[in-house]
Amino acid sequence: MCDVCGCVNPSDHVHVAGAILHSQTGRQIEVMQAMLHDNDRQADHNRAHFDAAGVLVVNLMSSPGAGKTSLLEATIRALKGRLTIAVIEGDLETENDARRIRDAGAAAVQITTGNACHLDATMVHAALHTLALREIDILFIENVGNLVCPASFDLGQHRNVVLLSVTEGDDKPEKYPVMFRAADLLAISKTDLTEAVGDFQTLRALRHFRHLGNAAPMLEISARKGDGMAAWTGWLLAEHEARRPAQAKHAHD
Amino acid sequence: MHELAICQAILAQALGVAETHRASRVKRITLRIGPLAGVEPSLLGAAFPLVAAGTSCEAARLRIETVAVRVECQLCGTESEVSPNRLLCRACGSWRVALLEGDEMRIESMELFESEPANV
Repeated sequence: MCDVCGCVNPSDHVHVAGAILHSQTGRQIEVMQAMLHDNDRQADHNRAHFDAAGVLVVNLMSSPGAGKTSLLEATIRALKGRLTIAVIEGDLETENDARRIRDAGAAAVQITTGNACHLDATMVHAALHTLALREIDILFIENVGNLVCPASFDLGQHRNVVLLSVTEGDDKPEKYPVMFRAADLLAISKTDLTEAVGDFQTLRALRHFRHLGNAAPMLEISARKGDGMAAWTGWLLAEHEARRPAQAKHAHD
Repeated sequence: MHELAICQAILAQALGVAETHRASRVKRITLRIGPLAGVEPSLLGAAFPLVAAGTSCEAARLRIETVAVRVECQLCGTESEVSPNRLLCRACGSWRVALLEGDEMRIESMELFESEPANV
């Protein structure tokens, strides 16, 4: 029963500003558009900027504390003198991570999202215009630490890297399938702690990851000890080389 | 809770469609959401009235069609309906599968009132 007028079929009409609007007056319009259509369009626009500048853009995602910033610090140091790296940092509050990146020797732009749990393409667009893209080889976007929300928003990146630290448990891919399905590379991080943690099994994590139908490579990395860093930087160098359009080859050549 | 941001995106598009069709009120917005979209339908339903208040969509109902996750095996070609975290071929058990359906995140259709009807 309709709460307003008492008739038996509340689903065929609505009450708005004193008027009863019946269903027969409604007109069906086919829309067939992605819910995040505007974000997707902005992301494509960002990607066009990145492609024109010949820069590889990697979106780094994980839960908070999985070691994204530590991996970036180690990456900047490992590639110093070979590739120019810059980082867009997403955090709810503070410039702490951007400061760490600058201390490691790379340019960093901090986006503080306030209460937003993810970065979107508009935020990244505002940040990219503060960077000299043509002088950058690899731009990392360090997303807000969160295994849910960032997975839904295209930022204009070329590759998604998802970190899973051994302290989190090897069943994370099973619990967060949307995030881990989006990964173009799975990085098992903090492997120097594997023994202390005790029950993290890399093969089990890989099996959960494969069960999502994801054939992406997996690397085991300890940013602190340096284990796995050569394979990681090797992957980055290969991805960067593959992305580099002939017309964008610049001073490096 | 990125559903609020998604509601704002849905609203912006719905208002655009309503304006194009010179609609005064939107009665219904039909969405299609797969389990692998990363969007929680019940949270969308709860958040939408908050973002739509004061607009031509404020009385609109969200109708949410859910979809099953379906994959096609790259090895044996079998189509399977699977759970969102076990995308394995029902016939041969392989994880080498292609997603056919299940990550949809789409506005399908809308029902509009083109002008205020007089049937009070």
